Amino acid sequence: MSMEIAHHPPTATGLDNRKLGFWVFIGSETLFFGSLISTYMVYKGASVAGPYPHDVLNIPLTSISTFVLLTSSLAMVLALAAVQNGNRSGTLLWLMVTAVFGLIFLGFQAYEFTHFVHEGLTIKSNVFGSAFFVLTGFHGVHVSVGVIWLLSLWILTLRGKIGKENSINVEIAGLYWHFVDIVWIVIFTLIYLIP
Amino acid sequence: MSLRRNKPGERGQRFLNPVNFLVPILSLFVVACGGDHPQSTIDPATSDFGPAIQDLYLTVFWWAMLILAVVWLVLAYILIRYRSRPGDPEPKQTHGHLGLEIGWTIAAAIVVVVITIPTIRTVFRTQAPAGPGALIVEVVGHQWWWEFRYPAEGVVTANELRLPVGRTVELQMTSADVIHSFWIPRFGGKRDLNPWVREPDDRGPRINRLTFTVEETGVYLGQCAEYCGLAHGLMGMRAIVETEADFQTWVQSMQSSPVPETGTQADRGREAFMTSTCIACHSIAGTNARGVLGPSLTRLGARTTIGAGLLDNTPENVAAWIRNPAEFKPGVKMPGVSEGGGGLPPTGLSEEQIEAIAAYLSSLR
Amino acid sequence: MSDSTASSKAGSASARSAAAELYTDPRGFGATVWSWITTVDHKRIGIMYASAALFFLLIGGAEALLMRIQLAVPQNDFVDAETFNQLFTMHGTTMIFLVAMPMAVAFFNYIVPLQIGARDVAFPRLNALSFWVFLFGGLYLNSSFLFNAAPNASWVGYANLTSTQFSPGPNVDFWVIGLSIVGVSSLVGAINFITTIINLRAPGLTLMRLPLFTWMTFVTSWILVTAIPVIAVALIFLAADRFFATNFFVPTAGGDPVLWQHLFWIFGHPEVYILILPSFGIMSEVVSTFSRKPLFGYPVVVYAGILIGFIGWGVWSHHMFTTGLGPIADSFFVVSTMIIAIPTGVKIFNWLATMWGGSIRFTSAMLFAIGLLAIFTVGGLSGIMHASAPVDLQQHDSYFVVAHFHYTIVGGAMTGLFAGFYYWFPKVTGRLMSEALGKLHFWTFLIGFNLTFFPMHFAGLFGMPRRVFTYPAELNVAEYNMASTIGAFIFGLSSLIFLWNLWRSSLKGKPAGANPWGAPSLEWSTSSPPPHYNFAEIPEVKSRDPLWTSDVPPEKPLAHDEEPLMPSPSFWPILTAFGISLTWILVMTRIWWVPLIGLALTAICIYSWAFQPEFREATQEQG
Repeated sequence: MSMEIAHHPPTATGLDNRKLGFWVFIGSETLFFGSLISTYMVYKGASVAGPYPHDVLNIPLTSISTFVLLTSSLAMVLALAAVQNGNRSGTLLWLMVTAVFGLIFLGFQAYEFTHFVHEGLTIKSNVFGSAFFVLTGFHGVHVSVGVIWLLSLWILTLRGKIGKENSINVEIAGLYWHFVDIVWIVIFTLIYLIP
Repeated sequence: MSLRRNKPGERGQRFLNPVNFLVPILSLFVVACGGDHPQSTIDPATSDFGPAIQDLYLTVFWWAMLILAVVWLVLAYILIRYRSRPGDPEPKQTHGHLGLEIGWTIAAAIVVVVITIPTIRTVFRTQAPAGPGALIVEVVGHQWWWEFRYPAEGVVTANELRLPVGRTVELQMTSADVIHSFWIPRFGGKRDLNPWVREPDDRGPRINRLTFTVEETGVYLGQCAEYCGLAHGLMGMRAIVETEADFQTWVQSMQSSPVPETGTQADRGREAFMTSTCIACHSIAGTNARGVLGPSLTRLGARTTIGAGLLDNTPENVAAWIRNPAEFKPGVKMPGVSEGGGGLPPTGLSEEQIEAIAAYLSSLR
Repeated sequence: MSDSTASSKAGSASARSAAAELYTDPRGFGATVWSWITTVDHKRIGIMYASAALFFLLIGGAEALLMRIQLAVPQNDFVDAETFNQLFTMHGTTMIFLVAMPMAVAFFNYIVPLQIGARDVAFPRLNALSFWVFLFGGLYLNSSFLFNAAPNASWVGYANLTSTQFSPGPNVDFWVIGLSIVGVSSLVGAINFITTIINLRAPGLTLMRLPLFTWMTFVTSWILVTAIPVIAVALIFLAADRFFATNFFVPTAGGDPVLWQHLFWIFGHPEVYILILPSFGIMSEVVSTFSRKPLFGYPVVVYAGILIGFIGWGVWSHHMFTTGLGPIADSFFVVSTMIIAIPTGVKIFNWLATMWGGSIRFTSAMLFAIGLLAIFTVGGLSGIMHASAPVDLQQHDSYFVVAHFHYTIVGGAMTGLFAGFYYWFPKVTGRLMSEALGKLHFWTFLIGFNLTFFPMHFAGLFGMPRRVFTYPAELNVAEYNMASTIGAFIFGLSSLIFLWNLWRSSLKGKPAGANPWGAPSLEWSTSSPPPHYNFAEIPEVKSRDPLWTSDVPPEKPLAHDEEPLMPSPSFWPILTAFGISLTWILVMTRIWWVPLIGLALTAICIYSWAFQPEFREATQEQG
């Protein structure tokens, strides 16, 4: 997220260091979420007492929030295209759409979590509660960080600090955003869709 | 093997000369096999589990020694033959040799295969279920003592595992608290005791099994082998292997307890025992003591040790244990006279009561 | 090879002032300290890592000696059970996470950019962050001693002993949080080095021309990137169980303590390759240089290292042969573990072949390399024994295993790192270490180490379990324990000799010159120590051994106004490190919103960092 334009020596691959480094980071995040998801799978059916997944999971509702998150990835792609074309207003629009959709997704999550707590499922109730809330909680934290990141980029674009020459900043944020999205697809499939 | 000073640049590798290592190693082995090592892993007393492991170990061991000898001898040769001397020309700048690479890779692979095949066979053999007629003993690990239950015989005891010689035994193991590991080295390898875990299809606790047949009567020592907290190092056990007839006699005796003659110290001890907090944790077959939190004390007098292999079983030691068990086993979950333990307040027993209880327990033979 | 003699007289004055100039600020003590706190120079960061690692080595060593005194005789009461349990937990945790790993990272930091012809790593400020996070985590972990609450559940922290039910005090809290903090350091560092090695190589330096040490750094970094997230998750689960009453490892709620073992060892086994591969890399370079021959079978040694890293991911349950996984799972892990012996053996054969036909100089570095070969092989072979699962049923959790991993970690990793110190010390300080003290170190180490750990094979064979604060006399293992204790003190003495040599040589050692060993890789083309910008001109590389094929001209120092622009020092890395550490430490309060304070500080630091330009003319580091 550095701001200077010069002083980056040519790299052996031609890839900017920050982009390469970020891909490696995403590799480590894959294992991070992989471990969380594997644990959830291993503990399927292991809870001694309820509430159980079929008692609380609301597939229709979560499908909507999933759709919102997926659409936000489209918005992210459009934001990157805009900034790479030097289109300031387009960048502002699509960055904001992405962030807002992310916030809507988080809103759905917040609603879902409080609803579960009312139904008696907390992080302490049973293994299902622990595994579910830690996994989706960490995903939610990642989305939140993404939203903050996008809004920061929005402000910087507004002040003219982000443009075609340093579009890599938006590109890397996009990498992150798409990754968080893909993780959600996996979570949604394995936890909600597969009984 | 003298240690003369070397001149600068002179080879100084005499310590790495393999011969200088072989002699002490082999002599240690001679000492090893001849000496008295009650928890030895290389002196099996079983006919199946122990020897299967022992044979495999020796196979792997000798291959390892061969490889070590080759590496060390080649190294020693290199260090002597190719040490630099003043005026040495630049050595030939060899970059590699494909044939050599293939050769030693294949050689290593062959050794690996030769070790792996008997290994896998032994894995399956030693984990095969015990046949019908095996003696089933349920082992439950506690911090820091062993519970042994004989479901078919209706016996519950602690810390001393009594077994008939020549009969296959299957141990079924779980833990009441943390992970422990059952290890009587002269019987064979160890197996963990995992705390109760619900099976997905509601089959009950996850049980680990160990199967073996002991061939010699005697007393065998063992210990917990998975770090389980403060007194892990003091969680010992003994296995007493006896003839089938003696074993049956013991089983019979464990169904009930002798009653001391009225008016004796032991009788007063029984009285004190049954009316104090002892019975909150301990059980004695055929009496009102039916506690399950602590070790069963049925026929305690017949055991060789108390405190899980910690102290010799004498009335003095029993009294000392009752007085202040934490003195012998830090963190023990049993209260003493003036200090609480295991969530229970101090017992406040008088000296007279303690000695009487010790006499009572010692009378349970 | 004759640089040292040619410039010894004139060199001594310039060597002293060059090193002093590089590492102190002429404006005084305060300015010097500030320059180290804000440095982003990989060479200084490397020196800080090494210094911290050596500091923690003293602590870990003291813990070992206290344990050995307790175990010297049966039924000893030198320390009580609780103290002993804290000692073995902290000894393992310290030696692995605060000594062996950071020591290797010290070398990654100092040497890799020089070996690849770069001026620094890809992310210099992130590099500084890695160091400070590691230091704060290590200090935090050891601060537990002040509260008499040092971690006491062993370095593997098995559930459910680590639950609040069975470990009610703050001991395990310190452990969970300390390791979480230190893990951040390793992960960030690994990302940095992967990016550096891929992207910042000098022109002509293809991957198959990289020096072996850089190659092994690369493989190690990939292992870190993939393994650290797994232990992060394990620690998160344990922290959640302890701080927020979740049920991940609570059996009565359906949790499975064995899950902890899986997660831990999925990290834990790759971890041992993280420990050994850097030393294997050093080994390849030292053996080649002091045999005056190129490394035999370079591509094979590289591929063997990559294979070890890869297969190392598939062997983890060989630590769990006693947990009751079943014969099929056991057999799978027997096979994978046996397979990994093959590339390891191949490396050993290639080192022997490198020395074969060479002209071997027995410098201290080479002695330790030879020592690694001889000693690690013993450890590797006891490892093969453990790989045979039924045999492991006897050896697991006994002193036989303690012997095995000390032979591999100390006899392999540590010995390699010692070789690295003797080898690269002249480059870092411009001075040679004393060869006489080096040889004394080697021989006392060899005797002390073997006397300490060889008898442990026997103690284990005769049934002495590990992690026991005492043992009964009737086991008849007392003589082995006494031998180990005597050996341990000799071993400790040898380390003190080493530290003394380091200290004395840095002040009074003979000037070394650029390439005292006549070694082939790029770092030896710079002056000793290198200027802060490393290379006047980025070299072009045409072979695997550039200085032996003479295509790299010797470096000439630049005038001050000709020096290239380098990343400016920054205060944000240390402050961010503090923020990250604080966030985790505040989790100990068990109030969910308190860590957010630390998080807020961290966020502020990250933003300030992001908006601080990497290069600021006014604050160029003094050189």
